[in-house]
Amino acid sequence: MSDRDVKSKKDKYAEVAYYPGCALEGSGHAYNRSTKALGKALGLKIKEVENWNCCGAMEVKNIDPKLQTYLSSRVMSIAANTMKMDVVMAPCNGCYHNLKKAEYDLANDKESVDVVDRLSKKAGHETYQAGQVETIHALDWVKQTIGEEGLKERVKNSLKGIKIANYYGCMYVRPRHIFPEKDAGPGSESTSKPHFMDDLLEAAGAENVEFPLKTACCGGAHTLSDSDTSTRLVSNILQTAEAAGAEVIATECPTCHSGLEMHQIRAEKVLGIKTNVKIIYFTQLLGMALGLKPRKVGLQENISNSFDLVKEKGLA
Amino acid sequence: MKSLAEIDSRLEALIAQPPDCTDADEMLALGEDVLKHWVIARGKEPTKERREGFRLLALHRQGADKEPSFNACRETCRELVYHYNLLTLQPGHPQSSQHAAMMAWVARHLLLFIEGKMETEKLGDFCCASRPLRENVDEEISAQ
Repeated sequence: MSDRDVKSKKDKYAEVAYYPGCALEGSGHAYNRSTKALGKALGLKIKEVENWNCCGAMEVKNIDPKLQTYLSSRVMSIAANTMKMDVVMAPCNGCYHNLKKAEYDLANDKESVDVVDRLSKKAGHETYQAGQVETIHALDWVKQTIGEEGLKERVKNSLKGIKIANYYGCMYVRPRHIFPEKDAGPGSESTSKPHFMDDLLEAAGAENVEFPLKTACCGGAHTLSDSDTSTRLVSNILQTAEAAGAEVIATECPTCHSGLEMHQIRAEKVLGIKTNVKIIYFTQLLGMALGLKPRKVGLQENISNSFDLVKEKGLA
Repeated sequence: MKSLAEIDSRLEALIAQPPDCTDADEMLALGEDVLKHWVIARGKEPTKERREGFRLLALHRQGADKEPSFNACRETCRELVYHYNLLTLQPGHPQSSQHAAMMAWVARHLLLFIEGKMETEKLGDFCCASRPLRENVDEEISAQ
């Protein structure tokens, strides 16, 4: 990536349309709170997408993929045509993935274009055209606007001494063809070994451990239909993180985060496997590194209680 | 070829041991056996080909044929190969014990993923579709 690209993204991402998605208003509220608090502390501007709707999640996508494309396109249409924004930032991997998938389908599949046009007209809003906005993840947002050097300058409470395993989950990188900006040479994100979260937390002083299950399946899709599968997979992720020396698993997706938290408890009850690793959103960790109080970044809203740890590390 | 239960107990034993460089070949073979179970369950003969020098990667590719959701374990397979390379190309590395331990955990993740996928396959495509179930219901309704 050239210096010019970096500068242009820095400017372009400084003000974004914010698409929290359903999870951030419920089980992932701590992520919503901490993303907003972090943005404010970094001087970045967000404007929430007006009257946003569900991205289609996994449920709609499995029943009717074209309807999911439409639902995601409506969010992008509002951002582009009503709010006149160029960039949509989605902190949730599921929302981010679905908007990127819709973008890909609308650029490459005539049938999707026709369905989206028909449903948009029926719903009474402008049809989204591929390329009108760029969808980015919260990791891109911080990485490209502030970057590692910018973070280092702003850190007040270093994360020094905290050993972290970074867990990205699957939808941040799969399938690769919907993320054309990834694997695009130096400076870009990798789909096989993602590193943006590692880079940012390291800049804030954390010690990242070698964690081989960064994008491994957590069985999230089977949380309800086959909880035991999810519990076993999550338990293995937690145990591997501990074996790698981690005290904290950093997350960047509300579904991954809740899955890890809930199955950590269930693994102890059902499988008798107890793990002590704490699960904290990367936005919470960066927020605390910038001097925000734990409650300001919603640490009390996590199920995984990490107050003792952050106190011990001098962050509270 | 070991059964899934045998692979599970062997990996448990290796993790408890803990493993070292000399266990790299066995852990890779256990990973291959796991993938063979998946391929056989889908009515195919496990390939003997290699991809990028590894049968494990060729088996993964075979398992993902017409089953894109199987790519959810692609990186897990590649991590297994990566750790195998670390252990066999640098056996005296100061971190080799840690690399061996990680390889065992990664192999276990592959086992858990495929066991879970095989158990739940009748519920539908992994990541979390109910398409096959729904298609069957649709066919039944059409037939009525």
